[in-house]
Amino acid sequence: MFNQREVFVVDGARTPFLKADGKPGPFAASDLAIAAGRPLLMRQPFEADAFDEVVVGCVAPSEDEANIGRVISLRLGCGKQTPAWTVQRNCASGMQAVDTAATNIAIGRSDLVLAGGCEAMSRSPVLLNKKMVSWLGDWARAKTFTQKLSTLASIRPAYLKPIIGLLRGLRDPVVGLSMGQTAEIVADRFNISREAMDEFGMRSHLRLADAQDNSRMGEIETIVDAAGKAYDHDNGIRRDSSMEKLAKLKPVFDRDVGKVTAGNSAQITDGAAWLILASKQAVKDYKLEVMGRLLDSEWAGLDPRQMGLGPVHATTPILKRNKMSLNDVDYWEINEAFAAQVLGCIEAWKDKDYCKSELGLARAFGELDQEKLNVDGGSVAIGHPVGASGARIILHLLHVLKQRDAQKGIATICIGGGQGGSVLVERV
Amino acid sequence: MGQDQMNETTQQQESKLVLKHWNVNVDEQNIAWLTFDKQNSSQNTLSASTLEEFAEIIKQLKKSHPKGAVILSGKASGFIAGADVAEFGELKSQGEALEMVQKANRIINQWEQLPFPTVAAVDGVALGGGFELSLASDYIVLTDNDKTRVGLPEVLLGIHPGFGGTVRAIERAGPASGLDIILSGRGLRPKQAIKMGLVDRVVPPRHLKRTAIMLIEQQPNRKALPIWTKAVNNTLGRSALAKTVRSKVAAKANPEHYPAPYAVIDLWQQYGDDRNRMLDEEAKSISRLITSEASHNLVRVFFLQEELKALGKSDAAKGFKPDRVHVVGAGVMGGDIAAWCALRGLNVTIQDNNPEALARVVKRANELFKRKLRDPRKVQLALDRFMPDVKGIGVKHADVIIEAIFENLEAKQGLFKTIEAQAKPDAVLASNTSSIPLEQIATALERPERLVGLHFFNPVAKMQLVEIVKGEQSDQTDVDRALAFTKQISKLPVPVKSSPGFLVNRVLMPYLMEAVELYKEGVPGKIIDKKATDFGMPMGPVELADVVGLDICKHVADNLSQALGGEVPDILLQKVEQKNLGKKTGQGFYKWDKKGKPEKPDVEKDYTPPTDMTDRMVLRYINEAVACLREGVIDDQGWLDGAMIFGTGFAPFRGGPMNYVRKRGAAEIKTRLNALANEYGERFKPDAYWDKLVETKELLM
Repeated sequence: MFNQREVFVVDGARTPFLKADGKPGPFAASDLAIAAGRPLLMRQPFEADAFDEVVVGCVAPSEDEANIGRVISLRLGCGKQTPAWTVQRNCASGMQAVDTAATNIAIGRSDLVLAGGCEAMSRSPVLLNKKMVSWLGDWARAKTFTQKLSTLASIRPAYLKPIIGLLRGLRDPVVGLSMGQTAEIVADRFNISREAMDEFGMRSHLRLADAQDNSRMGEIETIVDAAGKAYDHDNGIRRDSSMEKLAKLKPVFDRDVGKVTAGNSAQITDGAAWLILASKQAVKDYKLEVMGRLLDSEWAGLDPRQMGLGPVHATTPILKRNKMSLNDVDYWEINEAFAAQVLGCIEAWKDKDYCKSELGLARAFGELDQEKLNVDGGSVAIGHPVGASGARIILHLLHVLKQRDAQKGIATICIGGGQGGSVLVERV
Repeated sequence: MGQDQMNETTQQQESKLVLKHWNVNVDEQNIAWLTFDKQNSSQNTLSASTLEEFAEIIKQLKKSHPKGAVILSGKASGFIAGADVAEFGELKSQGEALEMVQKANRIINQWEQLPFPTVAAVDGVALGGGFELSLASDYIVLTDNDKTRVGLPEVLLGIHPGFGGTVRAIERAGPASGLDIILSGRGLRPKQAIKMGLVDRVVPPRHLKRTAIMLIEQQPNRKALPIWTKAVNNTLGRSALAKTVRSKVAAKANPEHYPAPYAVIDLWQQYGDDRNRMLDEEAKSISRLITSEASHNLVRVFFLQEELKALGKSDAAKGFKPDRVHVVGAGVMGGDIAAWCALRGLNVTIQDNNPEALARVVKRANELFKRKLRDPRKVQLALDRFMPDVKGIGVKHADVIIEAIFENLEAKQGLFKTIEAQAKPDAVLASNTSSIPLEQIATALERPERLVGLHFFNPVAKMQLVEIVKGEQSDQTDVDRALAFTKQISKLPVPVKSSPGFLVNRVLMPYLMEAVELYKEGVPGKIIDKKATDFGMPMGPVELADVVGLDICKHVADNLSQALGGEVPDILLQKVEQKNLGKKTGQGFYKWDKKGKPEKPDVEKDYTPPTDMTDRMVLRYINEAVACLREGVIDDQGWLDGAMIFGTGFAPFRGGPMNYVRKRGAAEIKTRLNALANEYGERFKPDAYWDKLVETKELLM
């Protein structure tokens, strides 16, 4: 795909992902992007205004962050003359930013691009409902005392019921299902057990703990908030995660008999992740060290009701056109929106019927070796700030390839609304 | 007469005027634009000659009668910085002063009485006389520029407004705000000024002239003052309010040392309902004050401050405009220095391997930014400029690198080794050390001449002074750059030689130790402190020791006594051993209450304090200052005075320790020191340099 001109990843960084605790977190989305971006830019051999553009993925910037990409770019000191913009493809917004940046480098439009994603899910807006807004309109128009009095008298308790933006955002507006319910559908389709899901969740936490203990999360920059607190690791991790504890959790989406729980789903978190992408020319001009190369990418659509299988649909074409099988890929990052959905992807590739009917293959595609998958844990443990995760998994995959002296990797992500995105990378 | 004809006439009349400081231009709408652009000066000040020209212009305007007149500044540095302070010194007598003030007042009154609307269009500072001239205009428009400030800082020079400012500020803002502005002497931001009713409009710079035209054309009414301000303007009301204000001022300024604020209150109380009388009396009052010794000394201090500021403008440092500062060590000092730099617009990295320490520093910085900048967007930008840096990646970008880690020679040497290897070749390398000789740290460097000292004082945000320390090995170019950097961050640099305690701590310490000695002898702290504040110190030494922290005092005293001899009073050691460290632990020489106020026990009525207390404390201070001159710790007596005033608050109205020597007489002090040495011992022995001071009087200024 990126074969007109080579696209290199030269560096990257991210914030620790911070678990939301029900209240607005200490950082706005742009603050997170700044916190990770400043040290990243400072260690480069070029000035911050050397970028041809800045591309940022973010699903729900705050009311003060219109075109958050531009806000961030200016605050980072990338200069007034550097264009900056925001992309949104839901849970894959960060990956979209990287893909867009890569495309612009490949076609020769850019040489050096800062791309990434950020999200402050804890700061998702709480909105007034329509009745309340129209009441406010009446109130503003009421001029006389009696008008005001009668407007005041017309208010009803129901008007005050807020709309929780976060919940709405995590619900598919077309098919009317919550993301968790789509995971239940996938679990049901491939008969994935609660135990398998919990085990997957537990493994995610334990793998992350091992990665933290063995300094394999070097892409994380320590950040501090204005209230005087420092954050240096993904704080949603549960090091004491166990099957007993996970078994106690109740299903949240399909109550009573469902299988998807908070323990086997991604956490609501705040975070930001960045990559610096460069053309061969820029690598040469600035004498940049190269982490890896982006070889290919793909976006795919599927039934929104089983959006969790998006990675299967996006990745299969990449592997086919690169003449690779699942296990020709050295390491995988499949974003863990839900354990059910990642396990579902593995099952789908094993399933002859699915491969035939949905992917148009002649036979089952194969079985992905889970020892190559999310080796340092995934979003169940790390968290899934929707705008940032797509960039995070590409960045971490490049770290994994280096740490384990491997060559090729796939980072892929499922997308609310029924899509999948996938990127093939190679260590250089 | 048609418009064109009139313009022509005006122009003809103008052409008769030879103007050096002003430029008058009448536009096609028949509005006269008076641009003040003082000749051979970077800023506008009101001097005899600039006012004379202004009088000529007014005379012309009376004849030509334009639709309105606007005063503007032709300087980028601001509107009008004030009266020309240098001319104060030329006033030989009270009578001469009165003549000068009355003359100026006649001119300003004529401006006020012009029969067409007048506007002061202010961009940048309008202070003192400059603001008084504005107040005599019908309208004042300010730009919302960051640098725009208005105010009446005269009291800081030991005088008060003399061009009708007391009358007009109170007229515009009411007695409470009006007096507050005059008595505090503080500069007001545009938002504050309009809120107080001192000015009529605050607009973006692009609308300054358009707003002036609008005001001339529409002549809107000025915003009325609240009714109570009129109701209170009678003998009874003024006397009641004056009493309250007087007691507030008394908490800050001793009337014997600083009579000016009290004179302002008296003026208003007595003549607040008689405008012309109050204008007359204001002139008389300022003439008395301006020729007083206290005012002379305060004016001198003002010039010393300017002199120190100018040290940051050497040729050697020309073109050195640091943009990036790297501070190592996220303690209170390091953090506060770094935060101050970010506040002043520099890009700052603050390095520490402890993220918690960095987080505390960011919290403090955030509080500073909020307090100083107010606007949330500016606070955010300042925080964006302030980067915690665990790994030290800021070193290689920095123009100035300041080390502020714990006081350990090996640690500092190791750090500077690493820094030198990464830093830009022309970056300033500075240490904030107060007790380790620069020369020793510098041995770790490949180019030891690069290392200088930048000794900030705590609390950084409040203390203006920074000692620029030149080690024996330091290169003058690097010292000059450190001076320039200090000026850039709006601090006051003073160059000192690298020697124990440098200047400020070294001179202060004997004074503090003598106070501790008196305390040990049984003199109550309250009495000791009272003596010192009576002398004019901003805070008594016993209280000061508690505020600084007794551990810090002991550390500095130990360090000095090791190098220079002398003993540290054992009571200080005991307090430190008992962990009674002063304000920070709630107990030192005093017990400190929860509000951070010391509890000073009452003294028995029949207690008679020793009579030589003031001399014992102050003369040790001065004796040490003289020793520093002899050793060349500082090169200039004026700088020494400035440093001690801005670094320790030495009674400003006395003009500094050396000015005190000049007034009291070197011979007299030397004799007194000898007498004290006989009675109390060696520590009072006059320094050898006194002989020189006594013999060659010209050394004293």
